[in-house]
Amino acid sequence: MERKESSLGDFESTLKKHAQQLVESLERGKFGDAVQLIHELNQTRDRGLYQEVGKLTRELHSAIVNFQIDPHMPQAEEVSQITDATERLSYVVRLTENAANRTMDLVEQSTPVLNELSTEAKSLSADWQRFMRKEVGAAEFRELVKRVDSFLTQSEHGTGKVSGALNDILLAQDYQDLTGQVIKRVTQLVTEVESNLLKLVLMASQVDRFAGIEHDREQLRAEKDQEKHPTRGEGPQIHADKREDVVSSQDDVDDLLSSLGF
Amino acid sequence: MKILIVDDFSTMRRIIKNLLRDLGFTNTVEADDGTTAIPVLNSGSIDFLVTDWNMPGMTGIDLLRHVRADEKLKHLPVLMVTAEAKREQIIEAAQAGVNGYVVKPFTAVALKEKIEKIFERIG
Repeated sequence: MERKESSLGDFESTLKKHAQQLVESLERGKFGDAVQLIHELNQTRDRGLYQEVGKLTRELHSAIVNFQIDPHMPQAEEVSQITDATERLSYVVRLTENAANRTMDLVEQSTPVLNELSTEAKSLSADWQRFMRKEVGAAEFRELVKRVDSFLTQSEHGTGKVSGALNDILLAQDYQDLTGQVIKRVTQLVTEVESNLLKLVLMASQVDRFAGIEHDREQLRAEKDQEKHPTRGEGPQIHADKREDVVSSQDDVDDLLSSLGF
Repeated sequence: MKILIVDDFSTMRRIIKNLLRDLGFTNTVEADDGTTAIPVLNSGSIDFLVTDWNMPGMTGIDLLRHVRADEKLKHLPVLMVTAEAKREQIIEAAQAGVNGYVVKPFTAVALKEKIEKIFERIG
């Protein structure tokens, strides 16, 4: 980094020195000297530019090797880290999907068991009240006793089943641990890649300064804004409570819609 | 009452399907994006559309616009159930003619309330 600064510094001091001399030569009418000075300036600038482009190329090459972006490169004996990260994230999607389906399966199995128990309990309760009010005859009472007996067996069986399902639902949450670990690793990789990319951008900006290249910032910003067009959808907002342009609850949505006349 | 649920995640479709069943709507069909939803809608038997926004292929907002622009479908009630929470997006959906908007993550109560409100309004 320091060497780069000094090569740019050399160029800038040469530029200053030569510019003064150039003005002096022109004022004195020594055009030959002036042309010579311009030539030297050009050479200094070109030398710096070549050096920077050279550095940028080397840096780019080592960055590609570091990122292990290209899995077909002979250096990348293991799978590329990006491909690996993509596979890891797909694993997270798969794992969470399985856990969600497993949980819903168990809930769907348990619901009818509870519904049956509830229906039978209500019906028995009604008949039991009639029995308490002495509205039940002997024959019906014998029938009621049988039903209570079978309900007790059914309850024991049903609650056992539901309790087992609840346990399995608990176990299905183990994806959180596994996916958490995977996501942490991928986050780390993303951070590394970002800092490497940032270094490259800084290098490239040195070349820009030597070459005097100016970028059209307005256009770049416009392109970026276009990428943000909302029709495509953005997915969940992470900092909804801190952003003005985002609703943070269903109540906010309702308020907004009613302000529009809904 | 036949309801079409459009979401690219099968788990979300299943959750919505279960919630709808609890509300007494047992007749549901599913599609995983706008492109696959349109043929189902064109079959003519759908009475209510529940759609996500962000999906590969055709998004929910484009599906909504398609429905409103179609002479046969334009009166179909549409409920958007989505993670998209920007104010401009909600306004966009309202302008496109959505009948209700529920942001994810949502509760069973919120979904029930919106669906009932839509039926109340359309009678």
